[in-house]
This record gives sequence, structure tokens and C-alpha cells, in this order.
Amino acid sequence: MNILAIDASGLAASAAVLSEGVIKAEFFVCNKLTHSETLMPMVDQVIKASGLLLSDMDAIAVTEGPGSFTGLRIGSATAKGLAEAAGKKLVGIPTVDALARNLTGFEGNIVPLMDARRNETYTGIYTLSEDDSLIVLREQCAVPLSDILEDVNKRGRRTVFLGDGVKVFEEQIRHECRVSFLFSGANNRLQRASGVAVLAEQYIMEGKGVDASLHVPVYLRVSQAERERALAGNK
Amino acid sequence: MEAVRNEAVNMPDGAVILGIESSCDETAAAVVKNGREVLSNIIYSQIDTHTLYGGVVPEIASRKHIEVIVQVVRKALEEAHLNIEDIDAVAVTYGPGLVGPLLVGVSYAKAYAWGTGKPLIGVHHIEGHIAANFIENKNLEPPFMCLVVSGGHTHLVNVRDYGEYEILGRTMDDAAGEAYDKVARAIGLGYPGGPKIDKAAKTGNPEAIHFPRAHVDGEEYDFSFSGLKSSVLNYLNSCEMKGETVNTADVAASFQAAVVDVLVGNSMKAVDKFGAGKFAIAGGVASNTALREAMEKACAERGVEFFRPSPILCTDNAAMIAGAAYFEYLKGNFAGPTLNAVANLKLGDR
Repeated sequence: MNILAIDASGLAASAAVLSEGVIKAEFFVCNKLTHSETLMPMVDQVIKASGLLLSDMDAIAVTEGPGSFTGLRIGSATAKGLAEAAGKKLVGIPTVDALARNLTGFEGNIVPLMDARRNETYTGIYTLSEDDSLIVLREQCAVPLSDILEDVNKRGRRTVFLGDGVKVFEEQIRHECRVSFLFSGANNRLQRASGVAVLAEQYIMEGKGVDASLHVPVYLRVSQAERERALAGNK
Repeated sequence: MEAVRNEAVNMPDGAVILGIESSCDETAAAVVKNGREVLSNIIYSQIDTHTLYGGVVPEIASRKHIEVIVQVVRKALEEAHLNIEDIDAVAVTYGPGLVGPLLVGVSYAKAYAWGTGKPLIGVHHIEGHIAANFIENKNLEPPFMCLVVSGGHTHLVNVRDYGEYEILGRTMDDAAGEAYDKVARAIGLGYPGGPKIDKAAKTGNPEAIHFPRAHVDGEEYDFSFSGLKSSVLNYLNSCEMKGETVNTADVAASFQAAVVDVLVGNSMKAVDKFGAGKFAIAGGVASNTALREAMEKACAERGVEFFRPSPILCTDNAAMIAGAAYFEYLKGNFAGPTLNAVANLKLGDR
């Protein structure tokens, strides 16, 4: 199975090609350039470097969210355009799941933390099975950090934190986390297309690929205007 | 925008272009042959959603675009009875407009064009509006003068040649359509203001209230509508203070007369000065009946030929984008995979 995976959900943008369980090529850029400018050139390069063609892909995978609203749409629109052009299925991968998939061989809980602003984090709780597949203990959600730390403490297992939220929340974690914990290294700190591709392979086998027209980003939040309108009582 | 000159592209007599537009609150796709012949023109309007908020909410607009972009493009090809293989290039609006909505169209178009091996053309939204006149009027050729008026833009443009523009005047504050929206809200007509004021004005007296006709000092062709808007709001306030009932139709008609006077006045000043033989209007507000009539009359008095697109080509649409792209296609002005959305893109920037 061949998969082209892309991610533009956070600070970095990346693209990877996975073929028969092997990451053939991966590009990752995190240098403040806009995803709109970096993503398509990366797709072009990663396909060329993989030695495969877009038409060889069985599916296009993209982080479906949560993440930066604009970034999610750049990723989603790009994935839709590629899937439509190739006439292939599109598979959306929960961003927090993809982030957790960066880690392998860890015994304990994996807790990705994405900076969601407004004093919240996009997070979830995961662990790995004996054969190293990802098990979701708490599905991705947008909650205050103290909420997820309370859950982590209650579960009582050694925990690894990763994601761009580590930098933002480090002090509070050190203060409130009661279980033994560590932070992931720089090489697996942020979401990457290779992790997306690995999960996508599993999703495709589970029949979760969809027609390009049906894919929509998962924001986990309504827009500010909708929130304010709801507060005002739908006036 | 990175311009890529691709000499290798085979350019026969004609070209069929797929256009994509998502700069504001319409998701649109169209197929146009040779810049003039519309094979399909699909517009998915989000107006019902934004009406709830009294105007376009950028985040909501962006979310709607991503939901329907694939379906809209498919429909455009289907109605043209063509496959993507029959298309010579993919064109997309990359500015000006709301950046979130623009990015959906730009990202989709880039990926789709790259994946299908088609050349990509980045189109300026205002150039699209101007090009709507080429679709409507098969014989229209530059040079001509054009007034582009919409919810986001008010530009008086000297169209010297295909893709060659000189901006003579622009608004210093609100766009004409924006003033319509704000006044419509103030007199309780709701959103969108343009068609609602136009309708209400038909039964009102345009001379009932004298609202100011603003002229920008030292800039003969520039426009300003915020003073007019304030003047309407002041009038409404003073009526309320005095306990007088406001005649909505009269306010609508008098406000519209002031807008039309200024638009026609500046346009005709430019026509006279430059000796233009042809004059066109474009953009959403170009559907306004009072503006069309006044402009037609002013042009007729001067023996100037008057052009205007049908309402379906005045509103934001992708046929005009595919139309404008044709002239760039002929010049070999193609965009690369780094094409980005530019919210404040200036006319003539390439």
C-alpha cells in the first residue's frame, strides 16, 4: 500500500510517502514560512524523492484536526485537490492521535499537548500495545491543562508529554504532575507526516477512507461568531 | 506571486479554462472557453448563513468553502460536459479578499492543477470583475474605462489593454457596497444591503433628504462613503430625538441618489478627461438598477458606448476568473506551487 500523507495543522508543515510499510521520503519544515507557500513544493519534492508517482498512491492522508483553523484548511484543501486529481480516497487522521504515534516502545501513557490558546490544550491519553500499536485511552479533546493533568495523575502511570504545548505548559506540568514524567525530544516533539502515514495505513485497512468531497476538518471548536451568538441567545 | 513562464505549453487558437473563486462568501467554479464563452458557471452562495450575523464572518465562510469546494468544481466540469483532461489550465483568485476563504481556493487549485499536470494561473479578483464584461459583450476590447463597485471594492480603472490597468480612483474608506450594508442595517432593512436598498428606494423620493456628496481633496477620482454613512446615521438619530417617524423608502432613495451621484460624477469626469469612447461597470453593485440607469444616461449624453454584465456575472463568480485567466494564459503567465493568498493584492501586481 502506498500513502501520501501531509500535515499543516500546527507550527510545522510536512509531507511523507509511505510504501509497503516503509517511509520512502519525508519533508518537514518549521521555520515560520506560511504553510500555503511550503506545503505544495514539499508534496512535489517528496513524491519525486520517493521514486513513485501520485497515481501510484492508494490514498491521500491528512491531519484532520484539531489545530490551527487556517492550517487545517490548507491541509484539507490540498489533500482534497490531490485526492480528486488522482481519483483516490482521502483519509483524515485525528491530529492528537498522529502526534502520539510519533513515539514507539514507550511503556506508560503518552499525552500530546497542543497549544489551543484561550487557556486550553488539544490533548488526549494514549498507550502502546505489546505489538506497539496505538491504543486510545482518552479521545482527543480541547480542555484546560489542569483537567488533563488531573486525569494523568489519577491513572498513576509514568507519562511522556509531547507537542508544541510542552513549551507553553512546562512550568505548570512540573508543578501539578504527580506521576513520574518526561518530555519527548526535539525529533518527535511536533506532528509529522510520517506518523500520519503510519496511522493512515491502519485506517485504510479499516475502511475509513472517504471520497474527497466528504472530508471536513475537525475543529473541536465552533467559530468565535457562533460562540458569541449562542451566548447572546441566538438573537 | 511567483510568475513562471512556461514556453513548453502548447498554445493553439483556443483554451478551455477551469476557474475557481472563494475570496468572500461564494464558493464558485466555472469553465470558460477563450475568455468569452461560458460552458458552466456554478455559484454556491453562503448568504443565508451570514445573514444571521449581519455580514460575512470570515471563519464561517472559510469553513463553508472547504465543505463544498470539491462538489462545486465537479459540478462545473459536469455541466460543461468535460473531464479535467479537456481543460487547458486551472485558474484561481488569489487576492484581494478575505485571507481564510482565499486560502481554501488557492490550496485546492494548486493541488488539483499539480496533480492533474495542468498549468495554474493566479487571478486578481478585480481583474475578474472587469473581465466579466468580455464575457457579456463579445465585441468589447480595450481600451475602455471601468468602474468596479462591490461590497469590498470601489475602483475607477483605465483598462489600457488586456491585463494592463491604471487605477484612477479608489475609495479612501468604505467600499460602496459596504456603505449600502451599513445603512441598510441602520434603517432596519437587514443584510445584504445593496438589493434591499435598491428595492426600497423605488418607492421613495430621492430628493426628500439631502445627504452630502463627498469629494476627496486633491484626488479628483477618489471616493469616500464613510461621511455619507455618518450623515445618514445622524439623520436617523435626530429623527428619533424629535420623535419623528423615519420614512425608510425616502432615506433609501436619498442615500442611493448620493452614492450614485458620486459614482457617476467621478466616472464621467474621468471619461471626459481621458476622452474614453467606452465605459463599463462591474462588481456586485453594478447590478444596482439606479446606478445602471444613471450611468447609461450619462454615457448616452456623451456618445460613450456603455457596457454592463448581467447580474449573474456581476456577483462574485468563477466565470469571470476563468475569463480573466485566458488573457494571462495567452501571455504564458503561470503560477508555481508557492502561490499564496494575498488579502490586499493590488491591481496590476504580478
